[in-house]
Amino acid sequence: MADLKINLAGIKSPNPFWLASAPPTNSGYQVMKAFDAGWGGAVWKTLGVPVVNVSSRYGSVNYRDSRMSGFSNIELITDRPLKDNLREIEEVKKRFPENAVIASLMVETREEWHRIVKDVENAGADGVELNFGCPHGMCERGMGSAVGQEPKVLKTIVGWVKEAATVPVIVKLTPNISDITRPALAACEGGGDAISLINTIQSLVGVDINTFVPYPVVDGKSTNGGYCGPAVKPIAMNMLKNCAKHPGVNIPISGIGGIENWRDAVEFILLGATSVQVCTSVMHYGFGIIREMKAGLASYMDEKGFRTVDDFRGKALPNVMHWEDLNLQYKIVANINEEKCIGCQLCYTACEDGAHQAIGLSADMADRKPFIIEENCVGCNLCSLVCPVEECITMQRRDDGSKHITWKERTLAGDIPKTFDDPLAGGLHHFVPRPSDALEKKKPLHYAG
Amino acid sequence: MSEFTAPHSEEDFERNFSPIKPLMNRTEAYFESSRCLFCYDAPCVKACPTGIDIPLFIRQIHNGNEAGAAHTIYDSNYFGYTCGKVCPVEVLCEGACVYNLQEVKPLEIGRLQSYATSSAIRNEKLYFKAGEKKNKKIAVVGAGPAGISCACELRKEGFEVDVFEAKKIPSGLAVHGIAPYKITNQEVLNEVRYLEKQFGFRIYFESGLTSPDDFVKLGQNYDAVFIGFGLGGTSRLSIEGEDKKNCYGAVEFIEQLRQNHFRMQVPENVIVLGGGNTAMDAASECARMGATVVLAYRRAKEEMGAYEFEYDLAKAAGVKGLFQVAPVRITGNEKAEGVEFVRTRTYNGNLETMPGTEFTLPCEWVIKATGQMKQTGLLSGIKGIEADKKGCIVVHDTSCQTGNPKFFAAGDAVSGGEEVVNAVAAGKKAAAGIITYLNQASGK
Ligand SMILES: Cc1cc2nc3c(=O)[nH]c(=O)nc-3n(C[C@H](O)[C@H](O)[C@H](O)COP(=O)(O)OP(=O)(O)OC[C@H]3O[C@@H](n4cnc5c(N)ncnc54)[C@H](O)[C@@H]3O)c2cc1C
Ligand SMILES: Cc1cc2nc3c(=O)[nH]c(=O)nc-3n(C[C@H](O)[C@H](O)[C@H](O)COP(=O)(O)O)c2cc1C
Ligand code: SF4
Ligand code: SF4
Ligand code: SF4
Repeated sequence: MADLKINLAGIKSPNPFWLASAPPTNSGYQVMKAFDAGWGGAVWKTLGVPVVNVSSRYGSVNYRDSRMSGFSNIELITDRPLKDNLREIEEVKKRFPENAVIASLMVETREEWHRIVKDVENAGADGVELNFGCPHGMCERGMGSAVGQEPKVLKTIVGWVKEAATVPVIVKLTPNISDITRPALAACEGGGDAISLINTIQSLVGVDINTFVPYPVVDGKSTNGGYCGPAVKPIAMNMLKNCAKHPGVNIPISGIGGIENWRDAVEFILLGATSVQVCTSVMHYGFGIIREMKAGLASYMDEKGFRTVDDFRGKALPNVMHWEDLNLQYKIVANINEEKCIGCQLCYTACEDGAHQAIGLSADMADRKPFIIEENCVGCNLCSLVCPVEECITMQRRDDGSKHITWKERTLAGDIPKTFDDPLAGGLHHFVPRPSDALEKKKPLHYAG
Repeated sequence: MSEFTAPHSEEDFERNFSPIKPLMNRTEAYFESSRCLFCYDAPCVKACPTGIDIPLFIRQIHNGNEAGAAHTIYDSNYFGYTCGKVCPVEVLCEGACVYNLQEVKPLEIGRLQSYATSSAIRNEKLYFKAGEKKNKKIAVVGAGPAGISCACELRKEGFEVDVFEAKKIPSGLAVHGIAPYKITNQEVLNEVRYLEKQFGFRIYFESGLTSPDDFVKLGQNYDAVFIGFGLGGTSRLSIEGEDKKNCYGAVEFIEQLRQNHFRMQVPENVIVLGGGNTAMDAASECARMGATVVLAYRRAKEEMGAYEFEYDLAKAAGVKGLFQVAPVRITGNEKAEGVEFVRTRTYNGNLETMPGTEFTLPCEWVIKATGQMKQTGLLSGIKGIEADKKGCIVVHDTSCQTGNPKFFAAGDAVSGGEEVVNAVAAGKKAAAGIITYLNQASGK
């Protein structure tokens, strides 16, 4: 049976699922309810000098009929007094000693950092998370992402915290930066025990085209917000991978960003996360989603024979290379399963207009099933991605696997294109229709006769 | 004219009785599951007699954990696959889905449920095993949904369970009664076999208890007895000519049909008497066998006990409804040749016949769907067991214990005839009652 327990830099948790610091961890009431539902840990809504919030606060991107595939907020840190939060942290820890409670913190001066770290430790927090990520409001006051974007400042503040902290210190990073490993390294150098990422991405989710006001609307005006939810997951995973693969970043990572189900969590763990944090999907569906997440993770682990989360953490990392180390001899082509094809011709138009004119249509208009023109196919995957029928277009290998040559090797051998009209150009002998064929009323040449 | 031509081969039969809820494929299940809103305190769950965590299993399907979805279903309902196919979902889970309030098609919960469980059955995903052996033996009478559900639950706790079944195959009316276009015999039997593999109860077939004495002996040989023997044959109509040849009871006809398929000969003209779900089924099934069917009911259409969708199904198969007519007698010599009716009306809430309006409708078969008899007589030797006015066994609400502490009962025998899902839920409830009773007994 799978054992879901984890230990992140000394913070123990019955499972890797934590609530991210956000509205779901605003109060002891919510955190207790979440632990009761099965969540392993909770990062408390960021504590500091309480703020005043606006209304409204959220906007969202609905893709087709999927609501909140992207979510944006202009909320700040906690608006509740510190003493109330401390009392509730204490109460939660008393009731749930096995679950991880991490206090997220954001203050300005060294003295404030020292005091608040002591306060939350006394209340029983198992760790602290430094919020260097909030990309709106707080950064205008020199906190949040204003710190996360300045590795030097970040390192200094981590140092201040470490002077006072006896519990593990997690540094939460902002994605609003071009190279995430710089603040990650600064966190290590400052003595941080772990990093977490990502916080929200600066965004503007939409504009009311009748009133000309972007969302969310506050009395006829708006401001940029922080973007999260399923839409940000690929960005988060890439940043996670960059940190996890960096030899200098040698502390554990808590992964955050768009996690909604067990598969998402597995992907984050495969890319090096020890725990995962969730905000938007809990704001959407409530604490109950943990049932699906835990059950799914456990059955995945059982099926794969992984006993603990450590058994597969980072397992995808060795398979992420630099582009120049990929095998240029690997050759795949698309294949359409005629039995499955429903004749929507999405693959045809995608390849015809958006790729390499490697899909043909029958001259017989009644036959809607396209076919692949193999010699034109560059194996880009596009058709298989747009095809609405599962496993209808598959990519099949054509090289025999005996050759392996990378760009790097070819560069060393001098076997790469160097001039504008170099005969080594990869696409030189590739079929390209005549431009004027585009205007032919009859079917272009590469249709079947 | 009938919508269907009489089947002459198994293939013809399968065409006429093709499943009204075919299994979903992965794509369909993926699309359909994506629509579930994951409602909080979901109304669909409340409407399910076995309380399956529907939003959870739908989410599991959507996220590719079909095995987990099946586990969620079986945790609440041992007949997850069968129920997905045969439940009257329109008045249960799907009828409660919040989408109805938006006038949007509700989630196809039943089909998603069969989808998830079918793959578990096919891949022999085993979720349960018998508990640590306990030295108590329980006899279960009847291998219908109630009996099997009870047996599973008792085995999970490690009790010894012997199931006594009158027929050659298990699952009661699920295999002998339910319409073939809802589920095939093989599908029902596969699920029971799958359960047997996990729980390891013993079923003794063709071992019906036929006398009050048999029940007394059972009581002596076992620590507790569960009665899940359902209902008996079709009740009598008590009109002249009822015993003529070619005048059949609906349950008897359906049982024959389910066993003999295309080999069963249904004549061209059939009259079905009744207005309940069984009448709809019998009428539908005759129509699918190629007959021209008249469904005759004493009261108005709106007063029929059958669900609206069941009547719609019968109509779609070509059945003609005839309302406000009461059968007076079955005409003919040896064989039924027609039914004499008299028209009725409802006056001050009472149904009255209208003398002088008699007429006769010719036919070759008459099928009476007039309810099923009770088998409570078999229990006359057991002290304390009581039956209510309708002949249903009286049990305690939560424990399902009868007036005799050793005897428990659930399913159609107690309810007088509900659905498979109710029998499954009640069988499980009775198992909990039995466990409490046995633990108390050994605690002394
Ligand atoms: C025509 C018809 C159509 C139906 N359609 C549907 C439907 O579409 N959907 C739905 O959910 N429900 C339907 N039902 C109802 C459903 O089949 C029953 O509610 C359910 O099967 C009841 O389960 P049970 O275990 O209580 O009884 P049963 O299913 O009747 O099982 C009782 C078992 O006990 C055995 N038995 C009886 N007497 C003895 C004895 N003395 N000794 C040993 N064994 C004995 C029987 O052979 C049988 O196997 C239908 C019923 C009928 C009659
Ligand atoms: C309304 C809202 C408020 C948030 N408040 C905080 C906060 O106080 N402190 C913090 O570190 N992150 C905060 N976040 C960021 C989340 O913790 C998380 O990093 C981000 O939402 C990405 O995860 P997700 O895609 O699961 O939502 C907030 C996010 C939202 C949506
Ligand atoms: S979600 Fe709750 S707090 Fe927010 S606007 Fe709606 S009712 Fe008000
Ligand atoms: S996209 Fe897929 S289904 Fe549509 S025509 Fe192409 S192969 Fe057929
Ligand atoms: S009521 Fe409908 S939408 Fe809501 S959880 Fe149930 S099936 Fe899903």
